[in-house]
Amino acid sequence: MSKVDLVRRPMPKQEPAERVRNFDEVALGYTVELAREEAARCLTCKKPGCVDGCPVAVDIPGFVGHIAAGDVRAAVRAVKQTNALPAVCGRVCPQEEQCERNCVLGKKGDPVAIGRLERFVADWEAAEGAGEPQPLPRPSGHAVAVVGSGPAGITVAADLALRGHAVTMFEALHEAGGVLTYGIPEFRLPKAIVRREVDYVRSLGVELRLDFVVGKTRTIERLLETFDAVFVGAGAGLPWFLDIPGENLNGVFSANEYLTRCNLMRGFRFPAFDTPLKRSARVAVFGGGNVAMDSARTALRLGADEVHIVYRRSKTELPARAEEVENAEEEGVIFDFLTLPIRLIGDERGWLTGIECRRMELGEPDASGRRRPVEIPGSEFVMEMEASVCAIGNSPNPLIPMTTPGLEVGKKGNIVASEDTGATSRAGVWAGGDVVTGAATVISAMGAGRRAARSIDAALSGAPEPSDSQT
Amino acid sequence: MVAIVERRMIVPNVHLLTVEAPEVAESARPGNFVIVRPDERGERIPLTIADWDTQAGTVTSIFVQVGASTAKLARLKAGDTVPSYAGPLGNETEIGSFGTVLLVAGCYGLGSILPIARALKEAGNEVYALIEARSSYLLYWADRLQAVVDRLIVITRDGSRGYKGHVTRLAEILALERIEPDRVIAHACTFQMMTVAAQTRPLGIKTIVSMNPIMIDGTGMCGVCRLTVAGETKFACVDGPEFDGHEVDWEEFLARREGYRAEEIEPLHRSGCESRF
Repeated sequence: MSKVDLVRRPMPKQEPAERVRNFDEVALGYTVELAREEAARCLTCKKPGCVDGCPVAVDIPGFVGHIAAGDVRAAVRAVKQTNALPAVCGRVCPQEEQCERNCVLGKKGDPVAIGRLERFVADWEAAEGAGEPQPLPRPSGHAVAVVGSGPAGITVAADLALRGHAVTMFEALHEAGGVLTYGIPEFRLPKAIVRREVDYVRSLGVELRLDFVVGKTRTIERLLETFDAVFVGAGAGLPWFLDIPGENLNGVFSANEYLTRCNLMRGFRFPAFDTPLKRSARVAVFGGGNVAMDSARTALRLGADEVHIVYRRSKTELPARAEEVENAEEEGVIFDFLTLPIRLIGDERGWLTGIECRRMELGEPDASGRRRPVEIPGSEFVMEMEASVCAIGNSPNPLIPMTTPGLEVGKKGNIVASEDTGATSRAGVWAGGDVVTGAATVISAMGAGRRAARSIDAALSGAPEPSDSQT
Repeated sequence: MVAIVERRMIVPNVHLLTVEAPEVAESARPGNFVIVRPDERGERIPLTIADWDTQAGTVTSIFVQVGASTAKLARLKAGDTVPSYAGPLGNETEIGSFGTVLLVAGCYGLGSILPIARALKEAGNEVYALIEARSSYLLYWADRLQAVVDRLIVITRDGSRGYKGHVTRLAEILALERIEPDRVIAHACTFQMMTVAAQTRPLGIKTIVSMNPIMIDGTGMCGVCRLTVAGETKFACVDGPEFDGHEVDWEEFLARREGYRAEEIEPLHRSGCESRF
């Protein structure tokens, strides 16, 4: 065996100065050569820890090995066995906390860039064209309704279609993809890629109904009259705000609103598209997660002179992926750590003009294990701002809990569902993703979808519930 | 995508839009709204449902042409389609046995109040309707409403029909008409509803208003439709759209309605040569 290669191949990116002026994807992806070199670093462990780290248990050594051997088509098949959304996962999964964290190479050097390779495989297939169409299985005679076409819904729909069930996927908005479409910006996840993944699911025979608001257009109870099972992956609900004075001023946005205007409604192209999006000169974003990074980088691309991320803890505690923080820093986002907004200040016409903040310092660790931020009395100061974007999370979508009697709902408005199977308190109804967990990651929603699909399939086939040991 | 069955201007600047949407029709209730996208590049705008026909599978809304999106809708004709028509959304109007109910309507509300009037009558209430327009020629559906309610009262700004003036005269008209409502429900432009709430507050009459903020998804996700009710932030799309008018922070609501005024109108103020319509 040749010498162990500890250095990961870098992925080409758009230069910061250039990319802040466009909405095109920042990361450009591996070339075939770079992908082969990177894949060749894999030690093909007998007991691959990477697979254990993947919520949908992608055959990582398998597909990486095919790339190294130069058979990308085989790599595509290996990935798609367990992952309906490789182009998405390769881009937005927190691999550093999952598969790549378990890579043995990480002990002495860089782990294999599994995410970048997954992305490469998916993009290669898109460029080269899909191979032989998958033969569709024999119809099972069962019909399943999937509510929501985000990561959880897409996974359930694909898995069940591959088991021969007739799946109808209902989407409340006018485009499929859920948070992949309305939430994650074009520069991180191009919408053409989301459409491609949705098209793949449709090619498996899944029927897509857009502009259909389950809970309102039809209740879950009505759906159960014609479907044998219903999976609810309705996703995110109402945004949380800081609960400080002035949050209903004009110029104060939730990240959901700001990003939906930009991504789903194409507000960055106003007036070519009708939905406006304010182009503010000075923007403050509250929060430290990926959504905060997305909002700040969107504001820069809309032409802001100065964009601040205001975060009450320090850099170490930022929940965003390191890669996204680095991208934001490179692009010129200013980080105000240990800073807590306490009041939004408006003019007489109700428009935001400034944000009063207080400095914080780190105290003892709290329940999350992170050091608790403590306010420093008398440290108040005002930042002049035209806009603020609140990116501190959201509650689960309320429509289905509100309109489905007998469905057990938790304290935070989330649907209560088994972590192993997605089963809810209502017979015939499964749930997964953000509507169960509150805001989480794309891949965790897909993992929940995978487990629910297995449970639904078992219930419909009359087979005993499968064990869940492999996830 | 839904097909348009009818689109016509029923009085100057006020349009009726009927579409084929059987699933929406089947689930529609008084006080609900729909989200419509006039074309592939259009905004998602909320329209209150004014009528529906479960047999024919159609849903009707009345809208006033104010900005770019309603201008696009106003150009559509029977046989055209709109790419999105989602609903019915929002909570339905609370229908109970209240006793005497006064409905106050202006603007698009002359349409959306009709199914509420029907439901309240069916529930055994005595129902009165006060409708307002600038002039008599701007009234519509008065006959349809008249056929349902116990008494129809008209007020016009120029006095060309019924009382002369504005709903600022509401308290006085109630006395003149000898109506003592147990509940008032108002569907009208923001200013009219605010005025109604101000008039009924000293009389201690519970007053329900149908709030019409800017919306995007309309399904409880984006949070743009928030308003303050009894000191708490509420979301019109899932908590409303109807709220107690005496608890609404009207000043804040009016300011938020202005948030995108310039952008709503901008596309209309072009010469036409470069128009994207």
